[in-house]
Amino acid sequence: MKREDIPPPYTAVTQHGMFPTPRHDEAARFNFLTHLNKYLAGTLGPGNKVAYEKQALPAFAAEHGREPKDRFEVRDAMNKLPYHRFWSALKRNSMEMRQQNGRAIALRQLDRLDAQARQYNEGRDTLELNPDIAIPHYQAVVDIHCMPGSYHGEERPGDVSAGANYDCGFFATVGGGMGALNDGGGVALVEWVKRERPGWQPRRILDVGCTIGHNAVPLAQGFPDAEVIAIDTAAPSLRYAHARAQALGVHNIRFVQANAEDLSRWPDAHFDWVQTTMFLHELSGKALPRILHELYRVLAPGGLELHLEQPEYSDAMPLYEQFIRDWDAFNNNEPFWSAMHALDVREELIASGFDEDDLFTTGVTAVVDEAIFPKAKLGGAEDHGRAAAWHAYGAWKKDTAK
Amino acid sequence: MSDETIDWMLRANAKAKGLRPAYFDDPALDRMLSMLTALVGEVSVLRERLDTVERLLDASGTISRADIESYAPDRDAAFERGCLTREYVARIMRGAQQDLDAIKADDRPIEEIRQELLES
Repeated sequence: MKREDIPPPYTAVTQHGMFPTPRHDEAARFNFLTHLNKYLAGTLGPGNKVAYEKQALPAFAAEHGREPKDRFEVRDAMNKLPYHRFWSALKRNSMEMRQQNGRAIALRQLDRLDAQARQYNEGRDTLELNPDIAIPHYQAVVDIHCMPGSYHGEERPGDVSAGANYDCGFFATVGGGMGALNDGGGVALVEWVKRERPGWQPRRILDVGCTIGHNAVPLAQGFPDAEVIAIDTAAPSLRYAHARAQALGVHNIRFVQANAEDLSRWPDAHFDWVQTTMFLHELSGKALPRILHELYRVLAPGGLELHLEQPEYSDAMPLYEQFIRDWDAFNNNEPFWSAMHALDVREELIASGFDEDDLFTTGVTAVVDEAIFPKAKLGGAEDHGRAAAWHAYGAWKKDTAK
Repeated sequence: MSDETIDWMLRANAKAKGLRPAYFDDPALDRMLSMLTALVGEVSVLRERLDTVERLLDASGTISRADIESYAPDRDAAFERGCLTREYVARIMRGAQQDLDAIKADDRPIEEIRQELLES
């Protein structure tokens, strides 16, 4: 058995000052889920393609006299196969167990966590909550990725249960692939931008849809002289995010409850860097262009707009690939991930104000301590939607903007 | 029970908003698999706890509950424990893995082979 085949233990997670303290058996539950996820993705997952070719395709052809014409027909055909149904059911259960395990850890010590958060949050001007910010309909219609209560849920008014559960279960979902602070994405961004633009010093950075701030913190650490504004619509996540950043000793982030569809409190060209990470696929068809329009407006000439997303699927891909990349949409409450396929993010960026030659796309993998954590590979056998490897859509705004 | 205002044991089980897909024709099968998967997880937890007890006893001959709760394996111990869990998951999943082997293998029904052997 090779070291890289065995995921790191849950005890390798960094227990910062806001982190829900796991008991021995709670850590063991996450260890089990890490292994189960890895087995379902790596050992049984590829079997879906075998079953498609040997069972679903012939059955579909026999019934219809042709091959499936889109990923939805593939899904219908696959959902008739006992193998795929059982695999899907196991995967769904694994995700539900991750939520149950995380909530059990967070809720049993919620008194302590809430008290801790109050200590970090009260009287600080780096946390701005605004009760007038409504939960957007695309956040309220289902609990995204089967997280009960989603990012905005509360067990009691003013608590941090949502953020605490999100933070403590992350490690199991990604098998440690995001590192001890689940910040491998943000760390990768900083490394990427320092390689891409050596010496560049953004004065103000906007992180949109920041949830618990796990990607904003490395940006603030990477550019300690920058003012980072991290926004989200969910107050419960922001309360946790702010306390978490304070516990990590990061003070140059202001967490603001705001909806990116309306950034009117910030003037034009205010930010040098506007960032979203795994955010666009949790919006809606109308919200996405509105948000991109606002982001372009607040971006300064010469500034960077970057969106990290799941590896996309295109019409050019085989239908099976499109189908399996769409699995989470239907089985993990990510409906817009599938709907978003009808949009071309590059075209949406152009519509928001960029010229075509401003745009670029690149691949980014999580930067982690490789002595302990698995290094994600682009294009390797991936656990779709959970691999610590992303597709980045970006654009540098021209110095002389239109 | 530290937080009396919230029954955290039941609230931990909260359902995510959104209709849950039915994976099997009989809804009872979906529920049975949920119970079985959770139970499979709990056996893994017990096995890991026993491993912790064994390692602590090996190291010092005596242990307390606090020792167990605060135990964090070093790199080698984490690898050995990871191997145990990997093996455990593989053993539990034997049926599903063999289903995949069967799809690949195009196995014929034994009755068909019985007839063939009779006649050959």
